[in-house]
Amino acid sequence: MKEIRVHGRGGQGSVTAAELLAVAAFADGKFSQAFPAFGVERRGAPVLSFTRISDEPIRLRTQIYEPDYVIVQDPTLIEVVDVASGLKDDGMLLINSDFDPETFDIDTKAKILTVNATKIALDIIGRPIVNTILLGAFAGATGEIQPESIMDAVKKRFPGKVGERNAEAIQEAYNMMKEARI
Amino acid sequence: MKILPGGICQAGTTRVNKTGGWRNFKPVYNYDLCIKCKLCELLCPDSSVIPREDGFFEFDYDFCKGCGICENECPKKAIDMVLEEK
Amino acid sequence: MPRENKLDKEKMVVVEGSYAVAHAVKTCRPNVISAYPITPQTHIVEDLSQFMADGEIPNCEYINVESEFSALSALVGSAAVGARCYSATTAQGLALMHEVLFNMSGMRLPTVMTIVNRALSAPINIWNDQQDSISQRDTGWIQLYAEDIQEISDMTAQAYKISEDKDVLMPAMTCMDGFILSHVYEPVVLLEQDLTDKFLPKYEPEYTLDPKDPLSYGAFADPNYYTEFRYLQEQAMQNALKKIEDVANEFYDIYGRYYGGLIDEYRTEDADIIIMAMGSVIGTVKDVIDKLRNRNVKVGLLKVRAFRPFPADAIRNVVRDAKVIVTLDKNITLGLNEGALCTETKSILYNTDINVPVIGYMLGHGGRDIKVDTIERIIDEAHEVIRNGIKTESQFIDLREEIL
Ligand code: SF4
Ligand code: SF4
Repeated sequence: MKEIRVHGRGGQGSVTAAELLAVAAFADGKFSQAFPAFGVERRGAPVLSFTRISDEPIRLRTQIYEPDYVIVQDPTLIEVVDVASGLKDDGMLLINSDFDPETFDIDTKAKILTVNATKIALDIIGRPIVNTILLGAFAGATGEIQPESIMDAVKKRFPGKVGERNAEAIQEAYNMMKEARI
Repeated sequence: MKILPGGICQAGTTRVNKTGGWRNFKPVYNYDLCIKCKLCELLCPDSSVIPREDGFFEFDYDFCKGCGICENECPKKAIDMVLEEK
Repeated sequence: MPRENKLDKEKMVVVEGSYAVAHAVKTCRPNVISAYPITPQTHIVEDLSQFMADGEIPNCEYINVESEFSALSALVGSAAVGARCYSATTAQGLALMHEVLFNMSGMRLPTVMTIVNRALSAPINIWNDQQDSISQRDTGWIQLYAEDIQEISDMTAQAYKISEDKDVLMPAMTCMDGFILSHVYEPVVLLEQDLTDKFLPKYEPEYTLDPKDPLSYGAFADPNYYTEFRYLQEQAMQNALKKIEDVANEFYDIYGRYYGGLIDEYRTEDADIIIMAMGSVIGTVKDVIDKLRNRNVKVGLLKVRAFRPFPADAIRNVVRDAKVIVTLDKNITLGLNEGALCTETKSILYNTDINVPVIGYMLGHGGRDIKVDTIERIIDEAHEVIRNGIKTESQFIDLREEIL
C-alpha cells in the first residue's frame, strides 16, 4: 500500500487532488481511498488530504502518519507546517516551487523534488490552479500512476475546455518530472 | 376493544360517546331576542350549536355539556341556562 | 452463516460516501424527502436535490423546511398517507428532532433516515463520534451502523425493507461516521436500480390517512391503554431482530453482498479476546487483527450492526467462550463513565451462564483519529486482564493528560 499526503490551503483544491488521485488509481486497476482532514473550513487555512493506493481492498480508516509521498501545493506552508512529518526515508516530497530542491531546508531523508506548477498553470491554463498539474508531476516522478488515468479523471470532473487544458498541463508536468523519476 | 399499533382509530368516534350527560344547566334559546349573529355557533367548543334553515340555531343536547359559553357570549341575552331536571 | 462478500470491480466506481448514499436513496424510489442541511450530512441532501432538479427521482416531493424538527414532522404526515419517506441529519439536528422521533415510532410509521454521526456541542465540534444517535437509543427507532460506504448504501435499501415489514413498522436510522465515511472517496458498487426494484417491493401500508375515509393517528391513550402501546412497540423491535437477519440474507441472494445481519464476526473462532465495535473503526480493527493473528495473538472482532434492537442472543453466542470482551465506544454515558455498548453488553451477560469479563474503552470523540497503535495498546491491556483480572472496567484510552 502506498500512502500519499497532500498539503494545501483552503481553496487550492487539495481535497480534489486527493480524490482525483484515487479515481485515477482505481482506473489503473488498484484499490484506492481518498479523504480530507477537515479543519476550519476557510479560504487560505492549511488543509490536509490523504490518498491510499493498494492492490488489495483498503479497510484502514486512520489518517496517514507515515506517508510514502507528500505533495505540497504551496511552498509557504513549509514554514508553518511540518510537511515532512513521518515521511518515509525512501519516500518523496514534491513541492510546487520555482526554486531548486536544495534551497529547501527540510528535515527529511526522503528525496525532495520541485516542479514549477504555477508557471505551467499560468502558461497553459491561464490561471494559477496547480492541483491537477501536481498530480501529473507526481505520476511522472513516481510512476505510481498512469498519466492517462489522471487526465481522464480530470476531464471527467471538469468537462469541456477546462478539462482539456488541464490534461495538457498534466502531460507537460508528467514529461518534465519523468526525467527526475525516483 | 383491541387496539391497533400506532394508536390508529376511526376518526369521529367521539360521536358514540354522548357527552351531553355531563350537563347540569342546559342552554335554551329565546328566538325573539336572537339576531342570528352566529357567535354562539362559532364559540361553542363542542360544535353543539346547529344552524337551522331559517337562520336561527338549535342545540344538540346529545353533546352540549352545559358550559355556558354561548350564554356568556350572546350579545342579546338570547340564551338562558336553565337547571336540567334529571 | 458466514458469507463471502463478492467484490465486483467491473461494477465499481470511485465516488464520495455521501453520493453513494444519495444514489441508494434514489433507487429506493422515495415519495417524500425532507431534510435540513447540516455538516457533515450536507452532501447527501445536496446530491438528492440535484437528482430532484434533474428529474431523476420520479413521483417524489422534496419538502424544504426551516429546521430538522419540521423536516421530520413533515415526514410524519407523509408517512401516514402512505409515502415512502427519507431524511438525513446529524448531531444538533438529530437532537432537535428528539420529540418527533418518538411521534414517528409511536405512530408506527416506517421511514429511513441516514445519521451522519457527529459529536454534539458544546463545545462546538463538527467531527465524528456517535453520541448523537446513541443518545436517541430509546426513541423506538431501529439503529444500524455501517463500516464502509458500500455497506451504508446497501443498508439504505435493507432499512426500508425492515422498517416497512408489517410485523415491524418502526422507523430506522442508518448510521455512518461523519467525514470518515460521508466524505471518503472509495470504490463502491452504486445500488443497482433493477436489483433494488426486485429486492424492495412497493410500500403498501395497511392503514393510510385519506380524507375520504378519515382515521386518527396516535391520538390519545390514557393509563388504561398506554402500556399496551409500549408493549406492542417492544414486540415490533423483537420482530425486527429476525427481520434484520432475513433481509441481510435476501439482500445477499439478490445483490451478492453481505456484511452480517444483526452482527458480523471476524476471526472470532478460538479468539480469547473479542473486540466489539460499531461503524467505520471496524476496518482499522480488522487490519490490526490480521497483523496480530500473524503473531498468533488470538483476537477477533464482533461487529455490532444493529444497536437497536440490541442483538442479545447473537452476541451471547459469539462471546461465550472468550476470555475477555473489549468494547469500543465513540460515546459516553456521562455519570456512568461508560460507553453504551459497554453497558449494554454487560447487561445482556448478567443472569446468564456466561462469565466473561467486559472492559470498555471510550475513544474517537469529536473526531479524534483512532490510530492503529491505540487499538494495539487496548489489546495489550486485554491480555493483562486475562492474566490478572480487571483493574479498570471502563476508561478513556486517548486522553491528552498534558492539557488537563
Ligand atoms: S352550553 Fe356550552 S356546550 Fe352547550 S351549546 Fe352552549 S357553548 Fe355549546
Ligand atoms: S349569539 Fe345570541 S344573538 Fe347571536 S346567534 Fe347566538 S343566540 Fe342569536
